[in-house]
Amino acid sequence: MSVANPPVQTEQQTTGPEPGVRVGPIGLAWRPRVLAMTVVALVVAVVVAVLALGLGSAHLSPLDVLRTLAGHGEGAQEFIIMDVRLPRVLVALLVGVALSVAGALTQTFARNPLATPDILGVTSGASLGAVTVIAAAGGTSLAPVVANLGVPAAATAGALVAAALVFALGWRGGLQSYRVVLVGIGITAVLDALTSYQLVRAKVTIATAASQWLVGSLSGVSWQSVWPLLVVVVLAVPLALACSRSVAAAQLGDEVAWGIGVHVTRLGVAVGLLAVVLSAGAVAAAGPVGFVAFVVPQIAVRIAGTSRPPLLLSALLGAALVTGADLLGRILLPNEVPVGIITTIVGAPYLIWLLVRHSRELAS
Amino acid sequence: MTSVQTRTPAGTRRLALGITLGVGLVLVVLASIWIGSNGISPGAVWHGLLGDGSHEADVVVWGSRVPRTVIGLLVGGALGAAGVLMQGHTRNPLADPGLFGVSAGASLAVVLGVFVLHTTSASATVWLSLVGALVGAVAVFAVSTAGSGVASPVPLALAGTAVSALLAAITSFIVLGDQASLDAYRRWVIGSLGGRQLEVVQAIWPFLLVGAVLAMLNTRALDNLALGEEMARGLGERVGMARGVGLAAITLLTAGATAAAGPIGFVGLTVPHVARAVIGNAHARLVPVAALLGAGLVVLADTVGRVVTGGDAEIEVGVVLAVIGGPVFVAVARRRSLAAL
Amino acid sequence: MTVPVLQTRGLSLAYDKRTVVDDLNLSIEAGTVTTFVGPNGCGKSTILKALGRILHPAAGEVLLEGTPLPQLSTREVARRLAILPQSPVAPSGTSVRDLVMRGRNPHQSWARPWSKEDAQAAHEALERTGLADLADRDIATLSGGQRQRAWIALVVAQAAPTLLLDEPTTYLDLAHQLDVLRLVRQLNREQGTTAVMVLHDISLAARYSDRLVAVRDGRVVADGTPQEVLTADVVARTFDLHVRIVPDPVTGTPLVVPEEPALTGS
Repeated sequence: MSVANPPVQTEQQTTGPEPGVRVGPIGLAWRPRVLAMTVVALVVAVVVAVLALGLGSAHLSPLDVLRTLAGHGEGAQEFIIMDVRLPRVLVALLVGVALSVAGALTQTFARNPLATPDILGVTSGASLGAVTVIAAAGGTSLAPVVANLGVPAAATAGALVAAALVFALGWRGGLQSYRVVLVGIGITAVLDALTSYQLVRAKVTIATAASQWLVGSLSGVSWQSVWPLLVVVVLAVPLALACSRSVAAAQLGDEVAWGIGVHVTRLGVAVGLLAVVLSAGAVAAAGPVGFVAFVVPQIAVRIAGTSRPPLLLSALLGAALVTGADLLGRILLPNEVPVGIITTIVGAPYLIWLLVRHSRELAS
Repeated sequence: MTSVQTRTPAGTRRLALGITLGVGLVLVVLASIWIGSNGISPGAVWHGLLGDGSHEADVVVWGSRVPRTVIGLLVGGALGAAGVLMQGHTRNPLADPGLFGVSAGASLAVVLGVFVLHTTSASATVWLSLVGALVGAVAVFAVSTAGSGVASPVPLALAGTAVSALLAAITSFIVLGDQASLDAYRRWVIGSLGGRQLEVVQAIWPFLLVGAVLAMLNTRALDNLALGEEMARGLGERVGMARGVGLAAITLLTAGATAAAGPIGFVGLTVPHVARAVIGNAHARLVPVAALLGAGLVVLADTVGRVVTGGDAEIEVGVVLAVIGGPVFVAVARRRSLAAL
Repeated sequence: MTVPVLQTRGLSLAYDKRTVVDDLNLSIEAGTVTTFVGPNGCGKSTILKALGRILHPAAGEVLLEGTPLPQLSTREVARRLAILPQSPVAPSGTSVRDLVMRGRNPHQSWARPWSKEDAQAAHEALERTGLADLADRDIATLSGGQRQRAWIALVVAQAAPTLLLDEPTTYLDLAHQLDVLRLVRQLNREQGTTAVMVLHDISLAARYSDRLVAVRDGRVVADGTPQEVLTADVVARTFDLHVRIVPDPVTGTPLVVPEEPALTGS
């Protein structure tokens, strides 16, 4: 038998470093398109924020806004911007960041575009806490105080207790995502029912106030609302970014992820905690602002052309969306429209448009 | 050559279960009529039923308890059956019939009725919610089929979520600006059998009947579809038509139930699983059993809601279902090997 | 000249905008066992699905016994053609018997939901596949090989004269692979069943088929008896693989033996 021809020598192909950006000693393996989009989103968010500071019942030009922020504003302008609008815009930005990051984390980890932090019971718990306090204190002299301190506190407490309950009951020798989802559904149903029960029993004026909160609104926001949320975002978002490579690995499936050294259980707990804390912070400040956690990561995925939502891009898009929605809500109609309604009225049709255009991709 | 026996051990077991279910249902119905918050004696209830009792008994029995029981049976039956079809067509054990835009559409229609037409009458509410439910469902299907041409499972769930959210946002917008609308909405959305009269049945029974017939016609297709669309087609199933019939059935059943009692969530989600555990996978048996279970569950929940608080106050059936059903759901989720789900 | 059981004319198949198969003209004669072989993604499963009307042609047509598929009702097609797709799934809690009974669907209607013939056919299918003892077991509790046999029992119960099988032996151990292929050949020899299969193992395909069709990039590279098709040249052109063909010591059919490239120094 003749021996086969000696194999042709193949050239050694050196693979260079992944295309990315190096900034000094810090190398970020970002794809150019994601980086470009993130910068664009940052610019958009800043522009929207400046507009939101300027527009409203009293119009100020962007120059005036910037001047006032730098400390050289006139008295009335300074009041409007520093005392009235700045806290509101800051909360809007932070809420957008928090909800989008929470949504992006949940969707990537659960490998499901329908997954939102709501399934962990956060929104239902917060709603129950807030409505209970509003119903209990409504009509009494405590009402204004309650609105500023009691409601956010009760919402936070409710959110954290509900999430803890879901985690605890979902834990059975480990954290299977399927079980957690089912437990979340059960607990959410109970909490929502208790909230509805109180809404029906309360006086109609109090029910209105509670419903306002329930739809997601920034109308009662003051500087007091800013600090807790700022702390949460400043702590949680960098942690989320640090996790993001592991979360991306988890997207390949539990077994593959274990295989490449990702501690899936611990990661699940970490992601869950971060999502809960971010959601709770946002909901405590502004109520459950609808659709942000759900739709912003999906927008980010499509803009960036990646398979999973880039965290920073999602955060900036969310900030722009919520701030822009609140701005629209303030100036569009004589009566202010709560931001939660605007985000849903913008977000839902966008999702529908996505479905109509890309139905085959989504079906696979 | 063995022939298929007509009464296998499994068949006997099923018959026994069916009888047990039937008896249980009768007991629940009796409880619903005899037990209540009005403090009427059992004898008076009996006379009220016959029509020769006191006026008060007559009002309570025929004005409240019998209508509630009948409507509760219909609502629970419709939701149970719709839930089986929903989970069979979406292949998703977490699918609830309300996902189709039916609840959101009905709610919006009811609110518009109060806001625009200034009507809060019971019959108007029923008709409005029927129309709204059907429009909502049509919107969801339109969105879902607009791109790909066939309503396949994943886009349907997403379309349902998106359309429902949009309708809910519009509802919130109206409700926050108009107190009368908010008042009507909050009483409607909680899901209740209170105050419903037998006229409601007159409005909804055609929808429920057609829906039930379509559901039963769909059962063979669902058995085949459970093997996957390709396999079903290979077995000669017309998949597109089967889906259409199924979705029509789900819409009609859920629209009728929602029109009668407002959006009630838990039944369509949980009853199919219980029915499957009891009677197996064959849809021709699954649909009726789920309907029976759903009917009993709703009437039972309504009865509990009426007696658990003293005096005239009652807890709405939607709340009772959630508050009791939720923990049961959690307990089941903790216990069962989840691969079975 | 008898009408071929299945025939394609100018068949083009595409997923979204991507054309997978272009202008295919093929005939399957009654009573033969034909197997499509080719590398992953070459379009062989796609062709099979088009033959089974699971996939609609982008252009051209498929004829079943001389009639274009769209002109036949899907029920009628199911009576003449049975298809077993890749990796089928059954809901948990399904017994083997329940699964096999589904195969009788094309013969049933509202007027005739379940008849003696159906029971007979299901029973025979279970016997043939050796599953009579496991008939009441839950499918999920069976081994991979047993489960696949249950699916094959389903298509056997369908009692169609033509069988399309898409990778029926993937994930099975060798003993079970042989089981399945021997069963197909038995149905062919004893009942004249026409079989069209997609298989990955080329040597097994050669053993158990009358005709091989080698496909690459949606085009037919070679078409004929296993002896004609399985040459080193064809394998190289189809799979980019260097092989030697030797006669199978047991059956004499071509046996594919891959060449081994010399290891380059590290």
